[in-house]
Amino acid sequence: MEANLSGTGRLPAAFLTPGSSSFLDFLDSHAPQLLPGRRTLPEGMTVEAPHGTTIVSAVFDGGVVLAGDRRATMGNVIAQRDIEKVFPADEYSAVGIAGTAGLAVEMVRLFQLELEHYEKIEGAVLSFEGKANRLTTMIRSNLAMAMQGLAVVPVFAGYDLDLGRGRIFTYDVTGGRSEERSGFAATGSGSVFARGAMKKLYRDGLTGEQAATLAVQALYDAADDDSATGGPDLARKIFPIVTLITEDGFRRLDEDEVAAIAVTITEQRREHPNGPQAPLL
Amino acid sequence: MSTPFYVSPQQAMADRAEYARKGIARGRSVVVLTYADGIVFVAENTSRALHKVSEIYDKIAFAAVGRYNEFENLRIGGVRYADLRGYSYDRADVTARGLANVYAQTLGTIFSSVGEKPYEVELIVAEVGRTDADDQIYRLTPDGSVVDEKNAVVVGGNADSIGSYLGQRHRSGLGLAEALKLAVDGLARDPNGGSPRTLTPEQLEVAVLDRQRPRQRKFKRILGGQLARLLSGDESAAAEDEGDASADTE
Repeated sequence: MEANLSGTGRLPAAFLTPGSSSFLDFLDSHAPQLLPGRRTLPEGMTVEAPHGTTIVSAVFDGGVVLAGDRRATMGNVIAQRDIEKVFPADEYSAVGIAGTAGLAVEMVRLFQLELEHYEKIEGAVLSFEGKANRLTTMIRSNLAMAMQGLAVVPVFAGYDLDLGRGRIFTYDVTGGRSEERSGFAATGSGSVFARGAMKKLYRDGLTGEQAATLAVQALYDAADDDSATGGPDLARKIFPIVTLITEDGFRRLDEDEVAAIAVTITEQRREHPNGPQAPLL
Repeated sequence: MSTPFYVSPQQAMADRAEYARKGIARGRSVVVLTYADGIVFVAENTSRALHKVSEIYDKIAFAAVGRYNEFENLRIGGVRYADLRGYSYDRADVTARGLANVYAQTLGTIFSSVGEKPYEVELIVAEVGRTDADDQIYRLTPDGSVVDEKNAVVVGGNADSIGSYLGQRHRSGLGLAEALKLAVDGLARDPNGGSPRTLTPEQLEVAVLDRQRPRQRKFKRILGGQLARLLSGDESAAAEDEGDASADTE
């Protein structure tokens, strides 16, 4: 019988090659077909696929809130009513994604794995900037697809353990990254309206609970004016996903907690359909 | 032209096994024990940077003795294997059995290939299950054999003497502090029958796969203050908050 030198069973050489702590780099050398960025569409083609819409984020005292509505649209059709677009990236950060839903979910899985992989191999956690930069790389590799209508635009938010505060990074389709120093950010089709709402409602020194309410208010306003964004669906009991990241780590609010906020806001909007009013001067 | 000496295959394999065994016997031991809430790993290791016990995946951990560069290489290979498999299929499809098989193939191939020197490592791959009946511990020797172990396993220097000590005293349902004490007593024994050494928390590397941990990843290192309290027999320290444990490292 011949000794098995190459084939079945034994870990291929790429697995035992020292050097990289990046799962993406490993995939690139060992299984490039699994990388989303390696795929191309035929020239001139566009594909219609479900799109996720609005994500909002705001910094509060001791953390950051990241929230998203639940609607995915395909042209004028509502493709899904209860899609989830906000995910934990690791213990202290989260990513919310607007854009092509299928690609976005794949990108998030890969991003989560990238952070976990680094942590296991190195025995240390990436810096906050380091995590944000890994996400840049992933978005940039998707540029060709973005040009053909399959864009993915995330918001990356988390608690920076070194600085001891919440931080938000937003991206554009080319991977351009910018830190939001104003304290709040929004992305997706309803982001214009959400940002307008947050501009008037945001203030320094919010508590986590107030920040969650702010996020749901902003999503309500986005849904009010953008048909692709879904508001709280009281009949079907579908509410936005709201997550808080603090020193204690990532926490997704229970459905009951979000429902309570959403119901209160809806009640108030019965009286004042445009929501709370900011002073004129 | 010189004629090479004839060496019988039996002799060649025996020499390789002997070579690997000697390399492993030089190092300090690692003990792996089941306890009520999972599996505890205890290694004698003064280094904070070079680990003998590490996380592979959600419910799977890895412990090794022998040559550091060789088992570190295998550890990284294991992490890549597990992450790739979990990404291609699902997190639930990554199992200790599969990983042990891959390690066995890798070690076995290296062991019997004439061009390579055998690895001087002995590995343990363990997976914590939903109940203690589902816990799995595999021991891998440098020739690629896999041994399905139960309850308590020791690899490294005085594996035999520590193993028999633990075998007589281990019972199922131990608390974490009890299990830890048993493991440390085993490691501290003098194989020549002298009085046992004293091992301080700084000389130990301890980690658990805790099935009660609320997160997906069940692996957790036990460090600093929590380790000292557990070693002094304080069973309540087992339930300490994550925050406390990580604060101890800073």
